[in-house]
Amino acid sequence: MEKVIDFLSFQDPTVRLVVAGTVLLSISAAVVGCFAYLRKRALVGDALAHSLLPGVAMAFLFSGQKDPWLLLLGAMISGWLALGAMELIQQHTKLASETSIALVLSVFFGFGVLLLTYLQHHGGGDQAGLDQFLFGNAASMRSSDLYAYGLVGMVLLVMIGAFYKELKLYCFDPDHAEAIGLPTRILRYLLNTMTVLATAIGIQSVGVVLMAALLITPAATARFWSYRLRTMLFLAALGGAVAGLGGSFASYLAPAMPTGPWIVMVLSFLALVSIFLAPRVGIFARMWRQRQNQRKIIRENLLKAFYHGLENKEAQHAWLSRPEWQEQRHLPEWEWQIGFRQLRRRRWVLRRSGRYRLTERGLAEARRVVRLHRLWELYLSRYLALGKDHLHPGAESIEHLITPEVEKELLRELDYPEQDPHRSPIPYKS
Amino acid sequence: MSANKEAAPALEVHNLTATYDRQPVLWDIDFSLPEGSLAGILGPNGSGKTTLLRNIMGLMQPDSGYVRLLGQDLAKVRAQVSYVPQRESVDWNFPVSVSEVVAMGRYGPGKLLRRLRRQDRDIIEEAMERTGILPLAHRHISQLSGGQQQRVFIARALAQQAQIYLMDEPFVGVDAATEEAILNLLGEMKNRGHTVIMVHHDLQTAQDFFDQAVLLQTRLVAAGPVETVLNKENLQQAYGGRLNVLSKVGQLAAEKQFPLREKAFRERKKPAHGESD
Repeated sequence: MEKVIDFLSFQDPTVRLVVAGTVLLSISAAVVGCFAYLRKRALVGDALAHSLLPGVAMAFLFSGQKDPWLLLLGAMISGWLALGAMELIQQHTKLASETSIALVLSVFFGFGVLLLTYLQHHGGGDQAGLDQFLFGNAASMRSSDLYAYGLVGMVLLVMIGAFYKELKLYCFDPDHAEAIGLPTRILRYLLNTMTVLATAIGIQSVGVVLMAALLITPAATARFWSYRLRTMLFLAALGGAVAGLGGSFASYLAPAMPTGPWIVMVLSFLALVSIFLAPRVGIFARMWRQRQNQRKIIRENLLKAFYHGLENKEAQHAWLSRPEWQEQRHLPEWEWQIGFRQLRRRRWVLRRSGRYRLTERGLAEARRVVRLHRLWELYLSRYLALGKDHLHPGAESIEHLITPEVEKELLRELDYPEQDPHRSPIPYKS
Repeated sequence: MSANKEAAPALEVHNLTATYDRQPVLWDIDFSLPEGSLAGILGPNGSGKTTLLRNIMGLMQPDSGYVRLLGQDLAKVRAQVSYVPQRESVDWNFPVSVSEVVAMGRYGPGKLLRRLRRQDRDIIEEAMERTGILPLAHRHISQLSGGQQQRVFIARALAQQAQIYLMDEPFVGVDAATEEAILNLLGEMKNRGHTVIMVHHDLQTAQDFFDQAVLLQTRLVAAGPVETVLNKENLQQAYGGRLNVLSKVGQLAAEKQFPLREKAFRERKKPAHGESD
């Protein structure tokens, strides 16, 4: 508990430094990752992260020390080699692009693990804690590491700010970018380099195995909540920051525990929540919409049944008994309950000692539904060459769907008809 | 701009040969179109219409031959040329709004590191108004119908304020309103003396829409005024199947990965003739 308070109060300057560094590099990875995500390069990001390992190990092998700038240089070189290899394989073989990505990922990562193992047995890598590069350990970073990674992260964010509109265009429509004469090759190199760097600065705190999650998950999560690139970048950055904070917190409480998995846990939690709660596309929103549709169908079917009852009695504004109403359409009792409650709430129906009557508004609504049903039957028979006995099922669901605008068009197209194909009158305003 | 504007044709395609993985898609295409023409690039499916457009726009490098626009290399007259790709060429789920896409027509190499100016904003609004999508300006692009998406692309091209418009099948899968909008624009372009070059697949309407036509079937069947191009004999040649020997040689080239031109005979971009610069 003491440690929790220690962490949350940010009194300890090392805590402050670790948190600031991790959050900053998480933000820049999340923002850069948005562009990789939008170019549908999520897998490339994963392959790239894994491919940094041999470069990092080499840098240590040649220099014998864990200097952040040398590590970044090594990571850059090996990241670029991996990207080049993927491109070459795609250009010169008939392998699918995902095959080339998988190939490069496994070859580079395998070689990296090989080097790491060698270093741990022979090169004093054990003392240097090189195994942290696999799963990350935020608390093990020294201030020089943090300054280096933080600085690179800042530079990445500034670059994205500076070339925001060109990057947006390039990701959306590279052909147009090329056609208006933007330096598309440079833009591509820029994006690739930024992806390599954004991944590289995270390897010490998150590790190469899970770094792709920090690149791609915030972007995918943010996309659920946003329809503008600007908002998406902002939300992804926010998600990255939260994950970075959570990761460094976990790392501080349990220094033996790797940080990467904790960051991934936080990110996955945010993603999962978004899948359920996102407006419009989220699972709950979809379920809600389904429910609304279902209720509209029940409600309108009830109105229609009432109208048919009135037609039978050839009287409007008449009172119908419950059996007179119900004989027009056999619905299960619970649907009647739900539908009736809705009609009551909208003040479309009145009740007096067991008999029912539609109000003015309710009658207009009932007429509308019946009108749409009959108009649609007419439309089907006229334009889809459907036989009379096949018309009803189609019209049963479309009548609930047609909007006033479509109705207007339908009326114009059919030239305000009087009767449907079954010679029932089409009810307009009385 | 160059001084030889009157003399130079709007588009000159010189001995253009293009391949995909050594499979020839265009064989020695050679024609030119005068300025101010409304030209249709016609031909059956797979006859290389889109490939020709991509080569003209420099989105693909020809194996041999070159293209000249307004008598110049594309690089010099880029600002005068605008391109409306096929609607399916982009992901309409990308997180941008209608006005953002149209604004992309005002981007360019000279505007790096700079925001768009108020003048650009005015042009963007006008382009949206002329294509009837101004009320949709703030919509996300995935919420549009196919026709509206096509109009977004056309508005983006208008915002470029070019002299030559290259369009790839703008009439495919669009509603009546969009068709009308495109036709109105064509008329307007014609009046202003602008050139429109359009890939089109409907021969019925070609006669009405265009004054020039280019009929393709991996090779050039005919090019020139639409009445002379669209005669029975030419159409028979374009739509009556491929030339046997030509397609066999093409297959051979692809199978053996053989170049279609020896190096010494490859024609690349030459400096534009004479007096410009």
